[in-house]
Amino acid sequence: MNGPKLFAAYQQKLRREAKIVLTWQLSILVLFFAFWEVASRLYWIDPLLFSSPSRVFISIWDRLVQGSLLGHIQVTLLETILGFLIGTIAGIVIASMLWSFHRFAKVMDPYLVVFNAMPKVALGPILIVALGPGYLSIIAMGFIISVIVTTLVVFAAFHEVDQNYLKVLRSFEATKWQCFKEAVFPASLPAIISTLKVNVGLSWVGVIVGEYLVSKQGLGYLIIYGFQVFDFTLVMSSLVIIAILAAIMYKTVEKIEQMLIRK
Amino acid sequence: MSYLTLDRVSHYYFSKKQYTEALHNISFFVRKNEFVSLLGPSGCGKSTLLSLISGMLQPAEGEILINGEKMEISDIEIGYMLQQDYLFPWKTIIDNVLIGPKIRKRQTGELKQKAISLLKEVGLENVAEKYPSELSGGMRQRAALIRTLITEPEILLLDEPFSALDFQTKLKLEVLVSDLLKAYQKTAVLVTHDIGEAISMSDRIILMSSHPGRVAKMYEVPVELRDESPFLVRKHPKYGRLFDKIWADLNQQNQTVNPLEENES
Ligand SMILES: Nc1ncnc2c1ncn2[C@@H]1O[C@H](COP(=O)(O)OP(=O)(O)OP(=O)(O)O)[C@@H](O)[C@H]1O
Ligand SMILES: [Mg+2]
Repeated sequence: MNGPKLFAAYQQKLRREAKIVLTWQLSILVLFFAFWEVASRLYWIDPLLFSSPSRVFISIWDRLVQGSLLGHIQVTLLETILGFLIGTIAGIVIASMLWSFHRFAKVMDPYLVVFNAMPKVALGPILIVALGPGYLSIIAMGFIISVIVTTLVVFAAFHEVDQNYLKVLRSFEATKWQCFKEAVFPASLPAIISTLKVNVGLSWVGVIVGEYLVSKQGLGYLIIYGFQVFDFTLVMSSLVIIAILAAIMYKTVEKIEQMLIRK
Repeated sequence: MSYLTLDRVSHYYFSKKQYTEALHNISFFVRKNEFVSLLGPSGCGKSTLLSLISGMLQPAEGEILINGEKMEISDIEIGYMLQQDYLFPWKTIIDNVLIGPKIRKRQTGELKQKAISLLKEVGLENVAEKYPSELSGGMRQRAALIRTLITEPEILLLDEPFSALDFQTKLKLEVLVSDLLKAYQKTAVLVTHDIGEAISMSDRIILMSSHPGRVAKMYEVPVELRDESPFLVRKHPKYGRLFDKIWADLNQQNQTVNPLEENES
């Protein structure tokens, strides 16, 4: 009798909760920028170093109108997406190979661990020497920073799949590849998605550092350039843009997750 | 004529520090179209035995023959239903049921119709498009049973397929399985804890003892009971007699085994 009524109340509660959370989130955002602006104007913080939201937005707007900013954004975004995709896909492929050749996995284990523990950005200069001071080394940087950790996490996920699922498939005489396709991969999908999320952040780190080192273009270059000419508004502007782009990329991964994994 | 033969089969489980002898010197045979039940205390190696027969595990000692041939070269299909349902959570019930044909690349529209009619038979027609997590334990077990039956294996290995069911559903499924097996002339090995189920479904019952698992006793089910439906069997006077005998043997086993176990620990 009360079912529909209670359900409506439950739905309303959910909507209300979502509204409250959103209100808080927006308030924090507005407060942050307001505080930044006020603090800068009243010299609580040094406006030369920390700039202010109004100056940042004017700077972004000016550069957008001039048309120079879009080029920088394009370059960095492309490098990041490529580094991210290549790193993630290569990581998953290597993990699959490790899964299918068990002894190979055991042999490789210490090398993977060492390579993973190593600060990959330290390899920057070597990459530049090897691949030349251009896009290639920057993309390689975005790739190298995410590939090993992806391999390790995804392989661990493959490894933890309940053996009994494979038993079921083998009772139908499934091949190794069929076992992988029907059980191991789908069972590991949640873990793979979460490495995707981590990799979004990592590939931005790799690419920005790469741009620090070599490039004449891109957001990382703008940061270094702003730093050199003491234009901290430019530095801040680039940071704000990176934050927005990284958030969009993360949200895209989340959308893919919702498509792939039934909740 | 023996169809499935186990000849002095032993099996061990190894871990880094120790080993367990799960099965010791098991020999028995199953005739074609025969229904054999394995009864025995928990941990006596019943599931291990089924895994060996299914070919999932290789026996450490002894050999298993199917129709006179070694397992590896025999092309007789074996259906194995594990003790838990292990339905794939990311597949719908109908896709779960059809995984066997998919693996064997024999998927047809006809088979899908068959899957649906089998699901209907066990009362699952309304949940075919749902995911396993939306089903109760008993419903999942029924779906797993259909998944095993759909490929029409020659030999069926069932590991406690009816344990999570209410009495009515259980009887209904017992009837369904024994009808199917009779209709298609299949051979089956059933693991169960339920003496009544063993008597009502099988032609022969093998009682096992544990530490390590051995064949303790074998019982022929009286001919009068064999062709009776599982429901009517339970009312037959001979049912009661066999039940009491197995019950007594099981209890005796407990008395002789328990003191030993205490000494060991
Ligand atoms: N994968 C394994 N590794 C090590 N030991 C195992 C493994 N599987 C089973 N065992 C051991 O082998 C013995 C037999 O196990 P098994 O699962 O075959 O028993 P069971 O008769 O099916 O028991 P139950 O009725 O509880 O299902 C047990 O002592 C168990 O501890
Ligand atoms: Mg068992």
